[in-house]
Amino acid sequence: MLGFVGRRFLLMIPTIIGISIIIFLMVRLMPGDIVDVLLGGDAVATQEQKDQVREQLGLTGSYPEQYWSWASGVLTGDFGESYRNTEPVADVLSRAVPITLELMILALLIATLIGVPLGVISAVRRDSVSDYGARVGGLVGISIPSFWLATLLLLFTSRVFGWVPPITYVKFFDDPLTNLSQFILPAISISVFTLAIVMRMVRATMLEVLGQDYVRTARAKGVKHRLVVYRHALRNALIPVVTIIGFEIGILMGGAAIVEIIFGLPGVGYVLLNAIFNRDYPVVQGATLLIAVIFVVSNTVVDVVYGWLDPRISHG
Amino acid sequence: MSNPGLEPREPPLLATEAVADAFGHWTAMPRQRLSFLGKWRNPIGLIGAGIVLFNVFIAVFGKYIWTLDPDAQDSDRLQAPSWAHPMGTDELGRDELARIIHGATVSLQVGFIAVGIALVAGTLLGLVAGFYKGWVDGILMRLVDLMFALPGLVFAIVIAGLLGPSRRNAMIAIGIVFTPAIARVVRGSVLEVMGFPYIESTRALGASGRRVMTRHLLPNIVAPLIVLVTVYLGSAILAEAALSFLGLGTQPPEASWGGMLNTARSYIDAAWWLSVFPGAAIMLVVLGFNFLGDGLRDILDPRLGPSVGGGL
Repeated sequence: MLGFVGRRFLLMIPTIIGISIIIFLMVRLMPGDIVDVLLGGDAVATQEQKDQVREQLGLTGSYPEQYWSWASGVLTGDFGESYRNTEPVADVLSRAVPITLELMILALLIATLIGVPLGVISAVRRDSVSDYGARVGGLVGISIPSFWLATLLLLFTSRVFGWVPPITYVKFFDDPLTNLSQFILPAISISVFTLAIVMRMVRATMLEVLGQDYVRTARAKGVKHRLVVYRHALRNALIPVVTIIGFEIGILMGGAAIVEIIFGLPGVGYVLLNAIFNRDYPVVQGATLLIAVIFVVSNTVVDVVYGWLDPRISHG
Repeated sequence: MSNPGLEPREPPLLATEAVADAFGHWTAMPRQRLSFLGKWRNPIGLIGAGIVLFNVFIAVFGKYIWTLDPDAQDSDRLQAPSWAHPMGTDELGRDELARIIHGATVSLQVGFIAVGIALVAGTLLGLVAGFYKGWVDGILMRLVDLMFALPGLVFAIVIAGLLGPSRRNAMIAIGIVFTPAIARVVRGSVLEVMGFPYIESTRALGASGRRVMTRHLLPNIVAPLIVLVTVYLGSAILAEAALSFLGLGTQPPEASWGGMLNTARSYIDAAWWLSVFPGAAIMLVVLGFNFLGDGLRDILDPRLGPSVGGGL
């Protein structure tokens, strides 16, 4: 087991190195000279000014040298400085990360707390009205754009309750209630897709598990229906569901980037988008790398948890 | 998958395929009653086909039916829906319905071109990797793995943003992001087909690598590709809307569903219709492609695994 965990975590290293090279090259290989763009296409900018900007951005030397200086900085927590206000990128990102994580955790909670029971009901009452309702609802759920849902929710709360979420971000530990009232609408908006996926997955695995011998045995020895469903079947049905959580984290991060903009939450996606529009390349590089690392790490954790839940995997 | 949990876990980045398993179970619809529909036993697929055809029709002929100019400004600003303007007017007095119709054309164009890019690049990569195997396969598939290490939409945002905001760049970005998923499915199918004796016979008869790939491999992997393309068309339309919403896709004043939703945010209290109709249009079309993909999967190969909801 320990060997399995260690191997999985070691495998992250080449992936992260690879993706960091891709991100580095993406920023370098884009059309147009970054320096010209940053100086506003200013024809009067002297060579000296250009060189100075180049120096400042770490754009001197060959690509391998540039990559090495960036990567070795990142390893020591130095992501470079924002071009806009010379603030260290690491500071910008460390302010943004908790917001995005909170959003994603809330969304995952909503998705699993609602999606799992819906999937169970759908499977247990197969081909009933509630089953069809849940299944059509599931397909609608994966088709609805999160940013539209966010807009509709805002429209709904302001029309019906005359309430809009507070605009300026409040930290959870400063004022938990205000903080949660800020996060609830964006979290719902991005959770719906995941909720639908979880529901469909639980339904499918429950149907498989309910047909298995040990479930029949449990029923035969007189175990109550409820207990069969929740003790015997659901436990095993949930294992494969764990695997999709990793994939869902990617979806949630994409969705978070958009709803952070809509709700004015200064998370990683918000920082990334603003950096893109400001052509603040050190921040773009740092934020993208951070998102990739969060994604790769959470996938690895999901993998390890899966191996732990189902020992046949890690020993196989 | 008859025995969930017993199957060895796929590598983590294959999570898309784990999701796909959840979609292989749409077979519980009553089959006999609908047998007159021939192979279209899944009514979900038929509904999807209907929605998609309707959307194509609107995108192509809509402007001849509802002849108002989507860009013509008028003094009737922010008018609620009425007979003259069934979906109301926007902040510049432009007819919302005409703009929705133009948006249908835009989204369909982006969908087809972006998926076309991914299809060509992904098929080429997957074909070469699956055919040559060995180190070629190793390198190409590691590259594909790496591209999965960034969440799809974030990847698309970064590419589109770095290339510069425009519809063309949004299409390129979406195409690049979808390429690895297509490459992976093509490679998987190619590896399966390569195991059949007829491939060996063809080789023994002296066929060149290119001939085997184009004449014998490609025709035999069309079925999974069709389903994949259908589902990814929906995802591409959704992605274009998201990018345009963020200002990275189709640029105003041209009408696009995502862009219209973005503008609508400023008038959310004054004009609800601006926030409702473009989003409903996006959802309907994406739903149509997802339904259609579901139905096609039943017909072409029930065991097939591309995921609904695609690469984002």
